Parts: sequence; structure tokens; C-alpha cells
Amino acid sequence: MGDIYYKTIKKITSVLLFVEGIKDAAYGEIVEIKLGDGNTVRGQVLDSREGLSIIQSFGDTRSMNLKETSVKLSGSAATLNVSTDMLGRVFDGLGRPRDNGPPIRSDEQLEINGSAINPYSREEPSEFIQTGISTIDCMNTLVRGQKLPIFSGAGLPHNKLAAQVARQAKLRSNDEGFAVVFGGMGINSEEANFFKREFESTGAIDKSVMFLNLSSEPSMERIILPRLVLTTAEYLAYNQGMHVLAILTDMTNYCEALREVSAAREEVPGRRGFPGYMYTDLSTIYERAGKIKGRKGSITQMPILTMPNDDITHPIPDLTGYITEGQIVLSRELYRKGIYPNVNVLPSLSRLMNQGIGKKSTREDHRNVADQLYAAYARGIDVGNLIEIVGEEALTESDKKYLKFSAEFERRFVSQDYYEDRDIEKTLELGWELFGGLDMEEMKRLKPEQIKRYGKWKDARRETD
Amino acid sequence: MNDGRIYRVSGPVVIAIGLDNPSMYDVVKVGKLGLIGEIIKLDGDKAVIQVYEDTTGIRPGESVVNTHSQLSVNLGPGLLGSIYDGIQRPLDKIQEQSGDFIERGATAPPLDQSKLWHFVPKVRNGSEVSSGSIIGEVAETGLLSHKIMVPIGTEGKITGLEEGDYTVEQKIGEVIRGERKTEIKLSQRWNVRSHRPVLEKVAPHKPLITGQRVIDSLFPVAKGGTAAVPGPFGSGKTVIQQQLAKWSDADVIVYVGCGERGNEMADILMSFPELLDPKSGKPIMERTILIANTSNMPVAAREASIYTGITIAEYYRDMGYSVALMSDSTSRWAEALREISGRLEEMPGEEGYPAYLGRRIAEFYERAGMCTLLNGGTGSITVIGAVSPPGGDISEPVSQNTLRATRVFWALDSALANARHFPSINWLNSYSLYTDDLKEWYRKNVAEDWEAIYKRCMSILQKEAEIKDVVQLVGYDALPEEDKITLEIAQSIREDFLQQSAFDEVDTYTTIKKQGLMLRSIISLDNAYRSALSHGASAEELRKNPVKQKISRMKFVKEKEIESYCSEMEGEIASIGKKKT
Repeated sequence: MGDIYYKTIKKITSVLLFVEGIKDAAYGEIVEIKLGDGNTVRGQVLDSREGLSIIQSFGDTRSMNLKETSVKLSGSAATLNVSTDMLGRVFDGLGRPRDNGPPIRSDEQLEINGSAINPYSREEPSEFIQTGISTIDCMNTLVRGQKLPIFSGAGLPHNKLAAQVARQAKLRSNDEGFAVVFGGMGINSEEANFFKREFESTGAIDKSVMFLNLSSEPSMERIILPRLVLTTAEYLAYNQGMHVLAILTDMTNYCEALREVSAAREEVPGRRGFPGYMYTDLSTIYERAGKIKGRKGSITQMPILTMPNDDITHPIPDLTGYITEGQIVLSRELYRKGIYPNVNVLPSLSRLMNQGIGKKSTREDHRNVADQLYAAYARGIDVGNLIEIVGEEALTESDKKYLKFSAEFERRFVSQDYYEDRDIEKTLELGWELFGGLDMEEMKRLKPEQIKRYGKWKDARRETD
Repeated sequence: MNDGRIYRVSGPVVIAIGLDNPSMYDVVKVGKLGLIGEIIKLDGDKAVIQVYEDTTGIRPGESVVNTHSQLSVNLGPGLLGSIYDGIQRPLDKIQEQSGDFIERGATAPPLDQSKLWHFVPKVRNGSEVSSGSIIGEVAETGLLSHKIMVPIGTEGKITGLEEGDYTVEQKIGEVIRGERKTEIKLSQRWNVRSHRPVLEKVAPHKPLITGQRVIDSLFPVAKGGTAAVPGPFGSGKTVIQQQLAKWSDADVIVYVGCGERGNEMADILMSFPELLDPKSGKPIMERTILIANTSNMPVAAREASIYTGITIAEYYRDMGYSVALMSDSTSRWAEALREISGRLEEMPGEEGYPAYLGRRIAEFYERAGMCTLLNGGTGSITVIGAVSPPGGDISEPVSQNTLRATRVFWALDSALANARHFPSINWLNSYSLYTDDLKEWYRKNVAEDWEAIYKRCMSILQKEAEIKDVVQLVGYDALPEEDKITLEIAQSIREDFLQQSAFDEVDTYTTIKKQGLMLRSIISLDNAYRSALSHGASAEELRKNPVKQKISRMKFVKEKEIESYCSEMEGEIASIGKKKT
């Protein structure tokens, strides 16, 4: 592509440049935009036709002008230099060091958009990850290679939960932890520092790579950043055989950046102004989690998003939920009750749970205990709602037991300390203890032989004999 | 012949100029990589192309070659057990070629070109044949004999047929009419965007038995029927679709994973070869064809995937088989349509979808049906389409257009899913318009008095909803005893009958006979309770009766023991009614 600088910019908007006279810019090609004062900003070709290219600038278009600003084609799509030297380092949204360290030198350059994994090559994720958090391990089990997002709300402790998962997550067969690739999009510096401190204090920093784009930095970089995270993750997983946990926060900021570009391009908007292709776009991020047959490493994703106005039907959580393999939903109500982690188990779900639990990996009663906890808690919540209308006197004996159960469940099962690492046996035992407060005959999700073995009712053994 | 060149690239839409005599829907090869695309609009000398692969790195000026053929699928032995992408590229072969990540421009023939199939003629040389006539067969898998048919539009005298081993592209005979000779091979091609013709469509009269109680007993779909499954995420659409693919009694299953998760396809690929068909004992993979175009695979190929799937389904229907096609999810297909329409800068209809969305959805479902075939036989295609409405709100255009085109509606409910009531099909909102057509079949095959049992069950569930509203106001204790019994029985129907675990070995599949026995027992219990009430018993006492435990265990009782289990229980139930307390 040589050193041709096109000075034929016709129009500039807040994020787009319309450049005339370019004959053959590749779709998706990276360009360098040179300002009058010699500063450069990177950009990418969004639409290319003979004689006109539409370029999206990754930086601010402030002080660009039609006269002096020029554009140079790089000849290739966006790539990232990858190497194991990246471990322990911090980069910005375009992959430049932000920790005063040297840039990464490597012979290996990967295209950041990646390619789709052939579904035929995928290995079904099935290895149980013990996070030490009861609501996740027992009721929304995470398995290696899964993408399980946290749906949160503004001001809720999702970062704490993600950090606790990153710290405690391990397989039961060995103590091998995860390498963490962290992507922070449009987060504030306090959040960024929280994660840095967390990783440093646990020593995890040596096995982690951080990409940070702060809320004060160009929003366009947020569109690139998750792709850098996943390209790094893929390199570590599939080329270096590591097990990677990719944490992406906050996907809401990512989607808003996407909307900003879409609006600038004057595209027909879908729901709430988000572009119609947002589902496809998000899937090119989330679907990069997984395991591949015959390769050692894996990528487990834990994206975090804050639901605007705690609304789970908002397009961002909605489209995410349709792609990811479940979701962990945080509740404001539980948070107000002082419960940490404030996981609302009812709308939470792990789709890959069944593959990772049971006799071989956890315990044979795992599925049944989880189902019974769900059913009983849902009933307890229903009863709680009923009280508001009819008052407590109108409840049946059995209703009262469920009401008590749900309160106990929140207080003892959901709630745990930030540093409490409960193993799965302890979690299941806790479940059985809670069932003890209900009538044994109503435990339809539990199998008789399980009740006999684990039941805490006085007559459990006798009755089922 | 002149090649055209690229004028503009914008995502999956490419505009080419200077193409050699382009026609609408011609397949073209775009750029140096030869990416496959389809012409979707002609404007002066410009041809608008939707490209089935990622266009990153493609530049204006690169060449575009017109193949002058339309997007078609290759039909012949070897389809069963395969996994294809949206434009019928075999994903296993593509993996051999380009590794674990799908590289652009990769191609491989959909059918194995070297495998020999043993062909046995079924007609005599010299006999008259026409479109769709079955001239012989090949044992494609242990489960299915693949009928070799005369391609549509060919007729005359058949000659040269001989038993022997052939590849799919070898000539097995000729059809001669006057001067015209048409070569016959084991395989043929068909354009995916037009339906394969049949003689006529007939009214469906047999249910597709799925082994799922809420479906077979309450909201059945007929063989040749259409069903829609809309539901918010996490409500179990995919589990239902997979259960149907596993257990329904169709001869051939086409499963289209349209814009969904890669790990789900991995799950199917892992589990299907191990699952055995309840009738034949062979792996169900031997009757299954998978079309996998996951969400991160190119959007345009997602648009094509459901047509690829239904065309393959029609081909097996034409052999006289009953085919069931599951499409998960048609919303992703509609979104692909919207995305491409947006790139074409078409005037949008509702919510940005193109104005022709409704027509396209109706056209697709119209390819289902119970048919009298050109060769005189009967075959059927049942289409079950999952819909993923944004926010679970089915007032959106894809759900609404789908409901207009389909006759069964399984309404998935997130409240049920949250309480882990699966399948989370809401019994009040769902419907099946086939119930009347299938009445006769159920009377003959399940029970003489099936209709009465079914109606009683539905009315109890309906009544429960009404009583629950009252409870909200006055509390449970204030209810009359009759209503307390209704709640009791409704709970039993919900928990002991409608709830079904896809993950339990026995519960995952229930024969229609067992379903009949189970529901009958619950209704008998209802009758017994009511008669006991009239003898002065209280709802509170009746609730404690141990027979309830037995009712709740029914679902886990093995098929061969269920009859004696139920008849034994029937005695106990009857004694409740007689008892005077």
C-alpha cells in the first residue's frame, strides 16, 4: 500500500470520515489517520466502494479537518501481536501497553476478528468448575468452556463476585487454576484499580492479561477491545494449552459504543436505537468461548453487563441471554437485605449444568437437590407475595414452612463471605439441612434413595425402607 | 466470458458491475477467495450480492464470476448422519481441509463422492416412469432405505438399470423419451428456494408422537402439521426441540440450528450417536441430518439454512417418509433477513424487518404438509419452528407472523421455567388446532373415552387458574371443599403429569399408552375425591392419602410395569371414593 496519504476527506462526523478517491480499500482494513499537527489516530474501513471509503475513527475526531487531515491504508485488517510475554501486563483498548512496559514483540500476529470455530470441531464443555459459591456451583453450575454472564444493575457488587470467581475457580481433579484475560470497557478508574489490586494481592497477576479502556477514553476502542481480549485468550488457550477465564466488563458500554457507530452511519435502528445486527455482533464475541477437540486449552467467558433500569428485557441482556449458555442474575432486593452475593437464583440459569454434574463429577443427588431448591424457593417467594394481599393468618401450615424456608435459604445458602470458598459437598449438605424444615412428602424432586441417604428428617430412613 | 468486478463492499452485501448476463438468484463467486454469494437485486449494470461468508479484506476491483446456477442442494444417499452449514457444506470435510476454524472459501462436495452404494432396481427396464417415480433403492443406514427417484420433470422409458455398486455421481440408467435421453444418477440437485412439487396436500390425521406428555396429550401436532414454539431465553425452547428430534416417531429428522450456539450443536453431535431409537434400537443419528449455522457464522448463510433444511426434508418426503424438521430459531433467520434488507437500504416495515417478512414466513411453513406424492405415495413434513421474541414479548412481528402461519402454539413461560417446571409449556395459553382432526386416532389408539379424560383435565386446569385468583383475595381456608380438591388435582396434573424431566432416563420419554394410563389415574383420583367429599370427607383428610405418593411416582415407573402399577393403584383409588368417614 506504500505511503500514499489520501487528503481527499469529504465529510467528517463524530466518528466517521468519508474519503474520496480511494479505489480499493479492503472492507475492514485498518487505516492511519494523520492530523494536521502530526498526531495519528487509527481507524477502520466500514464501507468501501470505488472512489469512496467510509472510515470509522477509533479515536476522537476532535481537531480533524477536511484540509490537513489525511488517511493512509495499512493493507491489512486489525491484528494483534501475541506472545506469552503478555502475561502480567496491562494494555489499552488498541493493544498498546499502558503499564510503561515495552510493546509486545512477536512473530505471531493474529487477526482480531478470529474465525468461527467449526461446530464439528467443538468439544462439549463438561468439566465442573468449582467456584466455591453455592448459588453458582449447586444451582447454576459453571463448566469449562462455557459462556456465563453476570446480569447486574448499576451499583451492585458484580465486580466483587467476578473477582471472587476468578480467585476461587478451580477444577476438583487438580488445583490448576485459570489464566485470566480481563477486558474493561468504559469502566472507571476505581473499578480498574479494584481488579488490578485483586489480581496483585492473590498473585494472579502473573497469570493474567488486562486490557483497559476507561470511561474517559475513546468509546470506539470499546468495539475493538473485547476482540483483543479473545484473540489473546485464544492464543493462550489453543496455542499455549492454558485454561483461560475471560472476564469482560461492562458489555453495556460495548453495546452503547456499537449504537453510537450505527447512529453515525445513519443505519435503520432496531429496538431502542440499537442496530439490527447487534445479535450477530455480540455472537462474534460470545461464541469465541469453548473447547476444541484434541486441543488442551479452553476459554470460559464471564461477561458482565449492567441492565439499564434493572430491566432484563432490555435489548442488551435480552440478546446476550439468547447467545450465552445461561446467566447469573443479581438482585437489588437481596442487596438491600444485605445479602452477598446477591444472586437471584430464580431467573438465573446454566444451560450446560447437566453435563458437568452428577455421580462422576460432583454427587448423584446434585441435579435433584438443585431442582428441589428451585421449586421450594419459588413456592416460598409466591407465598411471600400472597401475604401482602391476604395477610399471614390466611396461610396454611405448609405455606408457612415454605415462607420460613425461603428466608433461611437466602440467609444461609445464598449468603456467604467474600472469602468463603465452599466446596460442593458442603453446599449440598446445606441444601439438605434446609429441606429438613419442609415436609418430606412434598419433596417430589428428590428420589427416595437420596432421601434415605442424605435426608435430615428424623424418620427419613424408616419411612422409605 | 467476462468476469465482473466488485464495485462496493459493505458487510455481507457486495455490489458487482460488469457481470456476464446476471439473473436474479444466480450464485456467484466473489473476490480472490471465491466467496459464495447470491444475486438478490439487479439495478442497471449493478448486481447486488449477498455473500455467504465474511467479507473482511475484500476490495473493490476484485473479480466476480457468475456460475449461472441457482443456490441448490445435492440430494442423494449419504445425507443421513451428516452435518452441514447453511449452504450444505459438510462441516466434517471442511474440518479435514481447513482445521478447527472455518476458513473462507472452503468448499467440499456435500455427498461423499467415492463411497459405493449398493443399488437395487425396483422397476423393470423398459417400463414407463415419470417425475418422482421410485426406480430402486439403496440401504442408506440401518434405519432407512433410500429410494432412488426419477428427477422432477423427467419422463419416459427407463433403461440400463442394473443391480450393483455405484457412487453418487455414476450413471445408473437412462430415461428415454423420443430423441431425449436423460441420465439417471443416485443423486440429483434441487434449487432450495422453490418447493418440490406434490400431487396434492391432504388433511393430517395422525399425531406426531413425541413422548412428551404435555405435547402428545394436551397439544398434539399432526404429522404434516406446523407448530410454533415462542419463548424468552432460558424457557427451554432448545431442550424441547432437541427432545422432539430425539424421540418423535418420524422416519427422518432434519434439525436446523439457525443462528444458535455452537456448544448446542456439539451437544447434539455427542449425544445423538449414542441415543437409540426406541423402536429399532439403532442410533438416532442414522435418521438425522443436521444443518448448523451458528450465530457467529455468516449471516447470509443463516438466511439460506432453513431453505436448505426444508429442501432436504421434501426430498425424503418424496420417498414416502414422514419427516420432521425442527428449526431453532426462526427469529435468527428473520434477523438475517432484516440485516440484509437494512444493508440494501430497503424501506423497513415493522421493527426494521422488511415488509415481505410475513410472506416469507408463510411460504416457509407452507412447505410442510401431509401430501399425496407425484408417484402416488404418501409422505409428510412436520415443521416445528422455535421463535425467540425479544424480551419474551410475542406481540413482535416474527412471533405474530409465525402464529398466523402455524396451527399449534406451545407458549413457553418464563415463570414456569424459573420454578423449574419443564417443559415450561403454559397450559392456559397454548393451543393445538389439530385436536379435532386427531380425535379419532386417539379414540382408537389410546382410549375409547380419551376425549372425556382430556376435557376433564383441561377444565380442572382452567378452574385452578380461576380459584387461584379467588385465593389471592380471600385466602385458601375460605375456599369451599370442592375447590380445594380442584387445586389438589390440578397440582397433581401439573407436577405428576405435565412436568417431565428431559434428563431422567425413564421420564425423558413416555409412550402414548403410558400417558393415557397416567392421566386416567389422576382423573380417577379426582372422581374418587369428589365422591368421598359427598360422603362427608374433608379435603384436608383426603390430601394426606398415601395414594398421592404413588401417583407422583408414576412417571418414573418403567414402561412394562406401568400397567400393573396403575391397575393396582386403581383399586386403592376406588376405595377412597367408597369410604365413609
